[in-house]
Amino acid sequence: MHHLVVGAGPAGVTACETLRQLDPSAHITLLCGESGEPYGRMAIPYYLVGNIDEAGTRLRKRPGYWESLRISLRHDRVAALAPDDDRVTLESGETLDFDRLLIATGAHPVSPAISGIDLPGVVHCWTLEDARAIAERAAEGSDVVLMGAGFIGCIILESLVKRGVKLTVIEQGPRMVPRMLDAVAGGMLQAHCESQGVRVLTRTRAEAITEAEGRLTVATSQGEIAADLVIVATGVRSNTGFLDCSGVECDQGVLVDEQLQSSRAGVFAAGDVAQGPDLLSGSRQVHAIQPTAVEHGRIAAHNMVGQGARYPGSLNMNILDTLGLVSVSFGNWEGGDAHHALVLDNRDAGRYLKLVFDEQDRLRGAIAVGHTEKVGVLRGLIQSRRPLHGWRERLQRDPTRLAEAFVAMPLAQAVKA
Amino acid sequence: MQRALSIDPGKCTGCLQCELACSFEHTGLFNPSRSVIRVFTFHEEGRFVPYTCTQCAEAWCLQSCPVDAISINADTGAKEVNEATCVGCKVCTIACPFGTINYSQATGKVVKCDLCGGDPQCVEACPTDAIVYVDADQTGLERMRQWAARTDAAATA
Repeated sequence: MHHLVVGAGPAGVTACETLRQLDPSAHITLLCGESGEPYGRMAIPYYLVGNIDEAGTRLRKRPGYWESLRISLRHDRVAALAPDDDRVTLESGETLDFDRLLIATGAHPVSPAISGIDLPGVVHCWTLEDARAIAERAAEGSDVVLMGAGFIGCIILESLVKRGVKLTVIEQGPRMVPRMLDAVAGGMLQAHCESQGVRVLTRTRAEAITEAEGRLTVATSQGEIAADLVIVATGVRSNTGFLDCSGVECDQGVLVDEQLQSSRAGVFAAGDVAQGPDLLSGSRQVHAIQPTAVEHGRIAAHNMVGQGARYPGSLNMNILDTLGLVSVSFGNWEGGDAHHALVLDNRDAGRYLKLVFDEQDRLRGAIAVGHTEKVGVLRGLIQSRRPLHGWRERLQRDPTRLAEAFVAMPLAQAVKA
Repeated sequence: MQRALSIDPGKCTGCLQCELACSFEHTGLFNPSRSVIRVFTFHEEGRFVPYTCTQCAEAWCLQSCPVDAISINADTGAKEVNEATCVGCKVCTIACPFGTINYSQATGKVVKCDLCGGDPQCVEACPTDAIVYVDADQTGLERMRQWAARTDAAATA
């Protein structure tokens, strides 16, 4: 049995490890599209600050790790998947046959279609190579424009400030991280960034970038901004191009079912490239986050070896630490009228908590700013799908008693032995 | 034989010795806010519930770590954070549905129960045997793991 895993991010790597556990004799090939050892993009901000070196970004650290698991790690990319045969053509020209295929090719950054976007000094922050370019150019005192205050923009924001650059952030949306935080939380983040010397322009669109004598100028709907370096973090898109004409159905990503299997038998997808079941809505969504990637990888591997494993769905969630202000969001936090939302708004003290319940008093979403203790229980509470009837009133008085609400659930009885 | 913490809230008097012992063992300070075991007080029912990591089989924290900073201690079965490798990204703190791995402002890393290398100090400190360290089979660990599996967005293989 030959398992071909395309993409060496967290989804692909977890899948390979699970495959090895489940099938000691299988032949496993892991295709890594970038040079070097598989690494975690989540670690890039810490590399940029200088807390870790490149080796510190590696997904697995033990020397000889891939050999010890008999995982054949190859550096190449898939150019095309044959429509009728279980065969891929690699960019090197070679072909590979497989019995089961896992597509874990992740995503790539997209750029707005404006003039000057290809100029030297205009870079993405997505790969380790991008990070090297930023580390080279983002010198202390230099002017840096960060285009896009989404999750990726915000996760590198702190490292740029710590490098001592003069930073301007421009965001088209009405607030920072609009898909992760509501207006209050996004506003808190913006005020916090501004208090730390970062210039934040929301509702601002970049229109063109020009270069003169080694300096860049970003023309925006709010005027011109001079820069030594422009970092584009305006969104990513799933890497599905090589699947054209392959018979694998794609939408925002590769459409997969509860087994993480695509429309084509024997072909699975996991991680940022997969559009799989969402825990709360049941619809299929791309949740490009680390926890979903590893869960996808694990479940897909079970199904690749024929051990029927069902995935109930992923829960969207994120955590950001921006210059000391920690914000988290879980699930479906949008909407929620007075009957369905509990809000603890202490924004002047840097704390905010919003809990959103469904019709059955089950937690369906949450945003927390400035609360870090036991935030994981928000996931537990949402994922357990248990009504919090008895706790609504107590949480109304003090929403910070979440962990207690969680401990009071049947888990507490289980702990009791 | 692997052992695990077994907690009987019915025996807990809320004295918080466990929190003091835990923080002292891990930080050298008697500072309950730095403890990785927490005693919850349910005033309404007059009940105290000590709460910490169960070293669950799903190992959400370990699985979600992007830099391989959490590993299983082969002797104790504890999932341990390697401080030198942890970058402080906090992904594990949202991935763990029990909320039992947390970010420490003081160290810039995450902290969780490591069973004190096989000699848990909360157990030593507990005067009423509300926390004991016993053969994993006796703890109801399995029941707990089953509960975890129900919330598990993971394999039911």
